[in-house]
Amino acid sequence: MNRSEAAAAPVAAPVPTAGHAGSPRRDDGALHAMLFAGLVAALLVAPFLAYPVFVMRVMCFALFASAFNLLLGYGGLLSFGHAAYFGLASYVCAFAARSWGVDPVAAILLGTLASAALGAVFGAIAIRRQGIYFAMITLALAQIVYFAALQAPFTGGEDGIQGVPRGRLLGLVDLAPDATLYGLVLVVFVAGLLAIYRIVHSPFGQVLRAIRENESRALSLGYRVDRYRLAVFTMSAALSGLAGATKALVFQLASLTDVHWTMSGEVVLMTLIGGMGTMFGPTVGALVFMALEFYLASIGSWVTVVEGAVFVVCVLAFREGVVGVLARRLGRPL
Amino acid sequence: MAEDFILTTQGLAKTFRGIVAVDGVDLAVQRGSIHALIGPNGAGKTTCFNLLTKFLSPTRGRISFNGRDITRTSPADVARLGLVRSFQISATFPHLSVLENVRIALQRQRGDNFDFWRSEKLLRRYDAEAFGLIEQVGLAGHADGRAADLSYGRKRALELATTLALSPELMLLDEPMAGMAHEDIDRTAALIRRAAKGRTVLMVEHNLSVVASLSDRITVLARGRVLAEGTYDQVSRDPRVVEAYIGVGHG
Repeated sequence: MNRSEAAAAPVAAPVPTAGHAGSPRRDDGALHAMLFAGLVAALLVAPFLAYPVFVMRVMCFALFASAFNLLLGYGGLLSFGHAAYFGLASYVCAFAARSWGVDPVAAILLGTLASAALGAVFGAIAIRRQGIYFAMITLALAQIVYFAALQAPFTGGEDGIQGVPRGRLLGLVDLAPDATLYGLVLVVFVAGLLAIYRIVHSPFGQVLRAIRENESRALSLGYRVDRYRLAVFTMSAALSGLAGATKALVFQLASLTDVHWTMSGEVVLMTLIGGMGTMFGPTVGALVFMALEFYLASIGSWVTVVEGAVFVVCVLAFREGVVGVLARRLGRPL
Repeated sequence: MAEDFILTTQGLAKTFRGIVAVDGVDLAVQRGSIHALIGPNGAGKTTCFNLLTKFLSPTRGRISFNGRDITRTSPADVARLGLVRSFQISATFPHLSVLENVRIALQRQRGDNFDFWRSEKLLRRYDAEAFGLIEQVGLAGHADGRAADLSYGRKRALELATTLALSPELMLLDEPMAGMAHEDIDRTAALIRRAAKGRTVLMVEHNLSVVASLSDRITVLARGRVLAEGTYDQVSRDPRVVEAYIGVGHG
């Protein structure tokens, strides 16, 4: 594909992006600060009202979906292989904690770094194509990771890596009780979300916005568009890894589910249900999705049917997602 | 003398699946001039334009800018060298404010574009300069509005402000007056004349009265080839040009 086709091809954005209805106003920052504070407060209370492991699971997937949304909603790139970054970090973290006995924080960081590196390599290959071809390449690359996880000697094959020790935080705090681990997961989640917020509202984020709005114009102003795409792809992969590694500690397990293509599909659904291109949408989407799985577990495989139905309703009734619709009603980006 | 020309092409050609759109064009744009590229529909003006800005790759031929071969340079890198284009369909960032549109261009030259860990408040340091450019194109009252909400003529003005923010040595304008009402045409013509001070402008334009009043030199294209070149008086008297225009009109 030559330059002109690259410039003319539409960027993958199947659903209208919500939350950018107006140009940013000065007081949007204050609104977002309040929403972050409200979210933290809710998460501090949540373990007393709901099963703490469930809330930790929601936080891990909310971070995963938010990282995915950084790429889709703010970078304008639809990846169908994000399970690779979530899963790789999960395996690396589990292996490091169990076989090397490293500190849980170090294990999480190792997992995150591994996913960042993988994201940089896969991203460099995938961003050479756009739209559906980009999505297909990311899917194909993720399948390589899946088969590696299935065959490699250190991943435990079908069994995965089980019995991962939660360890002691910096050698001091025992993370085995849910209450202490909850604190760590909360900090990771909020820090990850704040990092995404900062990336989106940075000079770099402003360039991303311009590229998404009008790629040819950004090119003609001298922006080397591919470098920005690769950068945001790598960031998204790293943050997906952060979520996957944390998940491995919560469930003390890294398994094929984490790298399976259905995981890549689920994160797309969560993001779209919540509202792509919104800061809080993926978190809401992850909560809705996890709640359906958790409370409908008794109906077995029918959960998938219900999830599918919810998704269809979402796409038909409010394409901008839950938070996207709210943002439009309020006329403010959320 | 070679250094008098900021942009030259030799034997520039482009074929699309066997159809020849541009067929061996030799072009020389004099530094500091306003040069117009005209011709009947299908003459290859826009293709030529896209070749010069590297949005298309030439099938044959060479392009040099300031004596440097840019035949294989990417569009972003061509812009970085100082050759900046506009688009036929007004190219703005629709959901960004007018101020942000201009800031994006200013920001590009200063090198903080990969700063993902800093606040976008950093960008406010470009505000004063951006306001200056916005005023210059007569959009002073619209700085906070969204680009998408501007009228057509004002979008073109905004695009010009964004282009000027890069202070390009050579500005390529693709039909700057296309679809404009009369009062907008006069205003935009005045703008282009002012913007052309100290730089070179190459434009594709349909409106012949605009071309007559604005440009120092004109190249007439027909069927992908250069038909005539010279001042407006020279080319408008050229029987081949008259034939190409009227011939097509009655053809």
